[in-house]
Parts: sequence; C-alpha cells; structure tokens
Amino acid sequence: MAGKTLYDKLWDNHLVQQRDDGSALIYIDRQLLHEVTSPQAFEGLRLAGRQPWRIDANLATPDHNVPTTSNERESGIEGIEDPISKIQVKTLDDNCNDFGIVQFDMQDKRQGIVHVVGPEQGATLPGMTVVCGDSHTSTHGAFGALAHGIGTSEVEHVMATQCLVAKKMKNLLVRVDGKLGLGVTPKDVVLAIIGKIGTAGGNGCALEFGGQVFRDMTMEGRMTVCNMAIEAGARAGMVAVDQTTLDYVKGRPFAPQADLWEKAVAAWSDLHSDDDAVFDEVVVLNGEEIKPQVTWGTSPEMVLPIDAHVPTPADGVDETQQEGYARALEYMGLNGGQPITDIPVDRVFIGSCTNSRIEDLREAASVVKGRKVADSVKEALVVPGSGLVKEQAEAEGLHDIFIAAGLQWREPGCSMCLAMNADKLGNGEHCASTSNRNFEGRQGFGGRTHLVSPAMAAAAAVKGHFVDVREMMAGAQ
Amino acid sequence: MRAFTVHTGLVAPLDRANVDTDMIIPKQFLKSIKRSGFGPNLFDELRYLDEGQPGQDCSNRPLNKEFVLNQARYKGASVLLARQNFGCGSSREHAPWALDDFGFRCVVAPSFADIFYNNCFKNGILPITLSEAEVDQLFNEVETEQGYQLTVDLEKEVITSPSGKELKFSIDDFRRHCLVNGLDDIGLTLQNADAIKEFEKGHKASSPWLFGAVQ
Ligand code: SF4
Repeated sequence: MAGKTLYDKLWDNHLVQQRDDGSALIYIDRQLLHEVTSPQAFEGLRLAGRQPWRIDANLATPDHNVPTTSNERESGIEGIEDPISKIQVKTLDDNCNDFGIVQFDMQDKRQGIVHVVGPEQGATLPGMTVVCGDSHTSTHGAFGALAHGIGTSEVEHVMATQCLVAKKMKNLLVRVDGKLGLGVTPKDVVLAIIGKIGTAGGNGCALEFGGQVFRDMTMEGRMTVCNMAIEAGARAGMVAVDQTTLDYVKGRPFAPQADLWEKAVAAWSDLHSDDDAVFDEVVVLNGEEIKPQVTWGTSPEMVLPIDAHVPTPADGVDETQQEGYARALEYMGLNGGQPITDIPVDRVFIGSCTNSRIEDLREAASVVKGRKVADSVKEALVVPGSGLVKEQAEAEGLHDIFIAAGLQWREPGCSMCLAMNADKLGNGEHCASTSNRNFEGRQGFGGRTHLVSPAMAAAAAVKGHFVDVREMMAGAQ
Repeated sequence: MRAFTVHTGLVAPLDRANVDTDMIIPKQFLKSIKRSGFGPNLFDELRYLDEGQPGQDCSNRPLNKEFVLNQARYKGASVLLARQNFGCGSSREHAPWALDDFGFRCVVAPSFADIFYNNCFKNGILPITLSEAEVDQLFNEVETEQGYQLTVDLEKEVITSPSGKELKFSIDDFRRHCLVNGLDDIGLTLQNADAIKEFEKGHKASSPWLFGAVQ
C-alpha cells in the first residue's frame, strides 16, 4: 500500500464519521473568530437555543473593521467613528462575553489579525484542524495543520457540533527546489507559483508545499506562502513539520509545556508526507529562477517578474483570457507592452495577514533605512499584524526607521488589505501592496492594487514606481 | 433551510470568468450583522456607476446600463449563468446571501471556487457544474432567445431547456438529500452526538494538549 500524504494523515486523525457518498464528519480542534463572519453564526445559535460544544476550542479577536490610527483607538470600541463598524466590533465583544469565549479585544496588546494572532499565541499547533470564517485560514497550514476557511453557516455548525461536514480533497504537491536568490522572498515564491498554476489551479485540492526552498524557509515565510494557497484555488495549504516548526511553537502561551510538550513533539514527528505517498498532481518550480514579482492585473495570477513587460490582450492563451487581459488592462490603466518598472505608485501598504509579521517589517525597514519616500507617493502605511508585532518592532527601532523615511506607523488590523475601515485607495490610484488580493475595488472603489513583497513595496515607496529591489540592496551598484 | 426540488426560471448570462466574491458583494456591505438585505447591493460595483454605501437607498443610484442585471429582458431572473471559477476569493457567505436576496435560486457555471460552492448549499442555492461546451451553448441560446428559461430538477439531476433538450448534472448524495428536503445541517450532525463524543474521548487521550489551553 502506498504511503500517506500529510493531508491524508491529518484527515484520518480527525475523521469522526465517513459517509457512503464520500462526505464525512471531521473534528475541529480550533476555531478562530472575528467580527465580520461571526455575528450571524452567534445569532443562529441563539435562535436555536444551542450552546457552543467546546468553548475552549474558540479564540476571537476583531481585525477587519478596527481603526488603525492611535487617536481613534484610544477609547476602545466607543471611539470607532464609523457607526456600522462599531456595531460589528461591539457585537463580537458581546457575543464572546455571553458565550464565555476568549477574546483579545481592541485594547488588548495581543489583538491583531486572526491569522497573525493564532500562531503567535500557540493557539495554532501542528497536527490541528483549524477553521475560521475567512479564506486566509490556509495560513495556519504552515504548522503542518489542516486549516481552511469556512462560511458563516459552517462557523455556526462548528460552534454547535465541533465538527464540519467535509469531503476529502485531492492531494496536490508544489515542490520548489534549489535556493532563492538574494532579495527574493516567500511572497515572490507564492506569487510565482500562482502565476504558474493559476487562480483555479488548486481547486478541489489540499496543497502541500515541499522542496528545499520550504525546508530552508522560516515559519513566518511559510505562513506567507500558505496564506496565499487560497489564491491558487486551494482551500488548504500546508508544510510538513520539522525542527523549524518546533522551535517556533515552543514556549508560546497556549502551546503545551513540560511533559506535555515532549509528548506532543513525539506525536508531531509523523506530520510529513511519507516518501512513497502518492499525490494526484505534482508541480515543480526551480527556486533559483524566481525573481521579485509584481501583479499587473486584477487577479493574483496576473503576475510577472519585475523585469517583464505588461502583456497585451493578444498574449492571452484563449478567448476568455484575452478578454480578461483586456478588461484588466483597462481597469488598471495600463498599456500592453509597457515595462512593469514604469508603473507609478500613488500609495504603499505594508501589512495584512500575508506580510505583517516581524520579519516582513524588518525586510521593509532594511530597504527604506536612510532613504525617503518619494514625493509623488501620497501615503505609505505600515500596519503591524498584531499588538505584539508592533511592540517587537518598536523594541527594535523599526518604527523610527519607517517614520524617518516618511511612512506612517499604525495600530494593528486588516486596514487597507480590504479597506473596510478608513484606510483605502482613491479611484484610479496605484498601490504597491503586500496583501493578497488585487481584485477590482478590493482596496477601495476604483483602486489599482499591485501585489508585491514587503521589500518590493518599500523599494517602490522610495522610488515612486516599481523597481527591482535587488538593485537597492547592500552591495548593489 | 428552504428546500430545492424543481425550479423553473428566467436565465441571466454573466459573461465573465473568475467572478470573485468581492465582486458579488463588496466589503463595505459586510459590516451588517444580519443575513438578509444584501440583494440591492449584489454586484454593486458592476451594477451602479457610483460607490455604494451600506444602509443607503439604492433606488436612485445611477445604473450601469450595460450590466446584464440592469437590462429589462433579464428582470426577474432566478438562474445565473456564469463562467469558470465563479465565486473565487473571500469565504464571505454574504455572497450567496446576496444572490438569494436578489432572487437567484441557481447558478450554472463550468467551475466554482470550493468555499463558495459549499456556502451555496447552506442557503438553498443550487450551484450546477456543466462542461465548458454546454455552458457555451447555453450562453448562445440565452443571448439569442428573449425570455429564455431553464427548468432545473434536482432530484433527477437534469436541466431542461425551452426546446426540451436535457443536460445532466450531478450533486453529491448528501448535499442533494439535504437540499431537496431543506434539512438543517446542524440538527443532522447532532444526531451523531454520541459518535462525536466518542471520537473526542479518544482524541483527548492521544492529544491532551489540544484541550483546555485557551480559557
Ligand atoms: S488582512 Fe486581509 S486577507 Fe487577511 S484576514 Fe484581514 S482582510 Fe482578510
């Protein structure tokens, strides 16, 4: 019999009941909650007179709507200026209080973007099943966990039953061999993967990232990559557990301690795909060939290396893609054939669950250090992923570097990633953004998003247009 | 949940690939804590020329006349014909809520994003996958024939066009059973409470660190 993939193992370890038609009941170890996709679920519980099955499996924090300026944050929920956002954040607070669910509220320094907070607290552990009413829950797969986004009805279902009705997905392996060049980051790797397999490439699949590049990558890098598995169409992305994983998890507040830690480590040693495991599909990339990436269009698959030219509609492989290219070029205000480095940048956003961890901020700070944001850039925001990331960055003096260079240093939250709060793009503005979606209007009505790494966003802030960050790094001419 | 057995309705063609959930319902409307009322803002950025605000009366907003749902011939449509990878992006269930609130009961496309597909079933909306060629054919027919309607029979898993032509589709047994009978998922799962408890006992014995840490 062939060996098992990591996904097979995680699935088998959580299988409560298999049904004849292929659907199954899967046990859920952790549910993360935020203010946007939970109110209707709590309301459903109340209407049906149900209680959560296991309160300690849940952890909540507001992130999507919270303001990021310190003024507006000072007086907590009451200080939120947008009345509708305020109600939503307040509703999460009330629901957590009513049901006894642990919440890091807006004033708590552990508050932040759910996908930053879970791992940071050790609330995400290897071998877990993790869900959240948010598609970027795939982030947590970096720990060798089965983690994916669910809808609000499923949030309610998990709260009430601790289970999810699921169907086993196919196994997809994306292997990136070799070593990454200087200035090439995990964000570039995942954008290159999406460029290769497309935004529907992983539909119906659990995607494991394997190969030397991921073995060499830090946990934060792996989170960046798994975060965008959903942008490749895969609900879940994952990376096998290794010493890097254990080193990251050890000592975190909700991680097992002492004897329990030893036991857990022993159990986690099997969290990798067996050598003879069979994948339904395997895609291979060479890490050495990956360059810094920039998206030019309105889908994450519309991505190219920094030294490329924006395509023309005729470059599309079929009629649907040609129409898609034409529409994207028009929306983005770009001419087919123009160099990517000619695209001007009006705003810069460094943040989001993809790239708002301490390593991301260090990477961006190293580029802007001793430099200035270009005059043509209207606004450059740095939004740390959590209160603890912010604290760490300040301890390292990164905020001073950003402020001296002319970037704004904000309070933690989703911010301009989806522009549900006051941080947004104006109509027609181009943004160098470290977030994960460049859909039409995502960062503001008519806004034009270009997805890049923190280093590339920082470089664009300094130059006022996209530029190969490798040219600006120490030692470059 | 509302049951879905047989439905006959007017078809609206949305000729665009990779329609994401931000497009189906933009984020500013996600601030609502309700499940209903999203219909007027379905496809907000495609449908109107201005930027929509939550809670606003949409009846006087400038319409994008080109957009399919603004064309008189598609008024009252309840079957949406779409292109590949429909519903990609964010997991927001507000997307099926908005489709439902607008009056759609069924979406037909060559492929759907996984989470969206799943969310449809929880809300009495039937997502049907047909081949690219079949979808192409339907687009042609809808565009040439005014008042084009399809009849969707979930139990038989067949779509019938006005000319009487039948197209087969298939839905998982469990999902079909739930949708045909309008069954509440949670109630069904709770019928297995003993099995869940039994599993939980074993899980706690083998992985005790997963319990009780967050309190
Ligand atoms: S940072 Fe962006 S992608 Fe991540 S959870 Fe927040 S809104 Fe979603």
